[in-house]
Amino acid sequence: MKRSLLLAVALLAPAISLAGTTTVKGSDTMVILAQRWAEAWMKQQPAKKVQVTGGGSGTGIAALINGTTDVADASRAMKPDERAKVKAAAGVDAFETIVARDGVAIYVNAANPVKSLTVEQLRGIYLGDVTNWKQVGGPDARIVLYSRENSSGTYVFVKEHVLKNEDFAPEAQTLPGTAAVVNAVSKEKGGIGYGGGAYAKGVKELLIEGVAPTKENVLSGKYPLSRPLFVYTKGAPKGEVKEYVDFCLSPAGQKIVADVGYFPIK
Amino acid sequence: MEVAAISAGGPPAASASRSRRRRAREAAIQAVITAVALTGIAAVALIFVFVAREALPILFDPQIRGEASLSKMFLPQVLRQGRPPGFMWQPVSSVPKVSMIPLFVGTLKTTLVAMAAAVPVGVAAALFSAEFAPRRVREVVKPVIELLAGIPSVVLGFFALMVMASALQAAFGFTFRLNAVVAGLALALTIVPIVFTVSEDALTSVPRSYREASLALGATRWETAWRVVLPAAAPGVLAAVVLGFGRAIGETMIVLMASGNAAITSLSLGDSVRTLSATIAAEMGEVVFGGAHYAILFFIGVELFLFTFVLNTAAGAIVQRLVRRMTASDA
Repeated sequence: MKRSLLLAVALLAPAISLAGTTTVKGSDTMVILAQRWAEAWMKQQPAKKVQVTGGGSGTGIAALINGTTDVADASRAMKPDERAKVKAAAGVDAFETIVARDGVAIYVNAANPVKSLTVEQLRGIYLGDVTNWKQVGGPDARIVLYSRENSSGTYVFVKEHVLKNEDFAPEAQTLPGTAAVVNAVSKEKGGIGYGGGAYAKGVKELLIEGVAPTKENVLSGKYPLSRPLFVYTKGAPKGEVKEYVDFCLSPAGQKIVADVGYFPIK
Repeated sequence: MEVAAISAGGPPAASASRSRRRRAREAAIQAVITAVALTGIAAVALIFVFVAREALPILFDPQIRGEASLSKMFLPQVLRQGRPPGFMWQPVSSVPKVSMIPLFVGTLKTTLVAMAAAVPVGVAAALFSAEFAPRRVREVVKPVIELLAGIPSVVLGFFALMVMASALQAAFGFTFRLNAVVAGLALALTIVPIVFTVSEDALTSVPRSYREASLALGATRWETAWRVVLPAAAPGVLAAVVLGFGRAIGETMIVLMASGNAAITSLSLGDSVRTLSATIAAEMGEVVFGGAHYAILFFIGVELFLFTFVLNTAAGAIVQRLVRRMTASDA
């Protein structure tokens, strides 16, 4: 009995490893998208396995450097020191593929009458210089800042594009995901938060410089807070990883991008 | 045992070999128990060694010290041009800010709120259960409170995030929905059963003769409970408080979900806070292995370890003094 069990395990083990699993890790913003891609891909190719986990762009890139993932999803471009680390660890350059575009939407509570902010006003708010909504044309109410954990690609994006690399005000509450930010802002009258457009439910998206985060504005780059979404691999993708990345860029993959709420690039 | 063996009769030689066998068995059992205990101690020691080893570069690696020296962690730093220096925790930045002060303040605030709420409730409930409750009531109260300890902290955290935060904001008008009070009260829910269980055991193990003597001298039941039984159980109650404190300082999930995680240095309990443990949990996933940020997070782990260690040692010393004083006054 015991021996037959052992035999079965011994026979199965190579079969499992032969089937191969592509691991995808990274951006929390992209995790829903990556999961949909993986599901559709595995439906098309039942023999292939794709395993998706989130954690943040930094987490995914760190995993790529440490060799614990095949594909890193990132909602920001890789930093030069990260590229150097990939090169040092793997001996090849990190290979970048843009798979979709995203606009970072700014959320406020649905009851907030403020409709539009400039990037400069937004910067003042997140630096902690502007603390009351009446300073930007709203009601007399304290601004309650919501931010993301510093492992989030959206955090880095806002830090670079809005704060010009200065620090967030210490009052900014850091929440573990865009969904948590949306949930908090929908409950807090004076709240303001940021995140991928795909999540905006029950809150109001602000116009930035008078431009709404719509598809045309994001794709054309007219919306000031728009960004590409990346997939990183060690060297140009090969084998099963290449098949997966190609699927993401295929018409079926790009349709999923639109379904999830991001902007297809093709 | 020995007597029973002899009275059972049998030739003296057989009895001697049996007692030898028994002694060998005793020795084996003792060895196993000692090994188990030593394994526990060794595990704790090894964990500490591992955590400390990962934190050490803060003191010795010149490159990491440039980013995270002790003075950067504990003294006020210049944050923005033309502003007074202050304390800021923002380790992912072009110039990382790694002040521990806001994290200490946050941990202290949530822990104090939790203890202020949990200790009176836990001790009072234990006093009620041990001294006043009819047996039937006690048989319900005790398991129900102890069941509270079995609720996963992520569930309590979610409850605090969704329900308690809104209710408390409506009641007290907090500017920040998630704050030290919300996190502290949610923490109190996990500490009450600890304080309750341990104090209850201490109260019930006070000898009956104390109560009988007190009642015989004309004291009421309340006077007996408050002036005689509770002081007699003081060492155990203190141990309960220390255990609760240790849990409060180390609890992660609840504070991560309910505190708002904003590293603010302020005394107001209505502000959001970021605690030491939540910082490790939130940031460990993303750090680059072996970097400055990584070492700092392990350094926080060392700090938490030292806090609990010092606290437990101090409490142990106080308990011993209490016991000595009480036994001395007995004589």
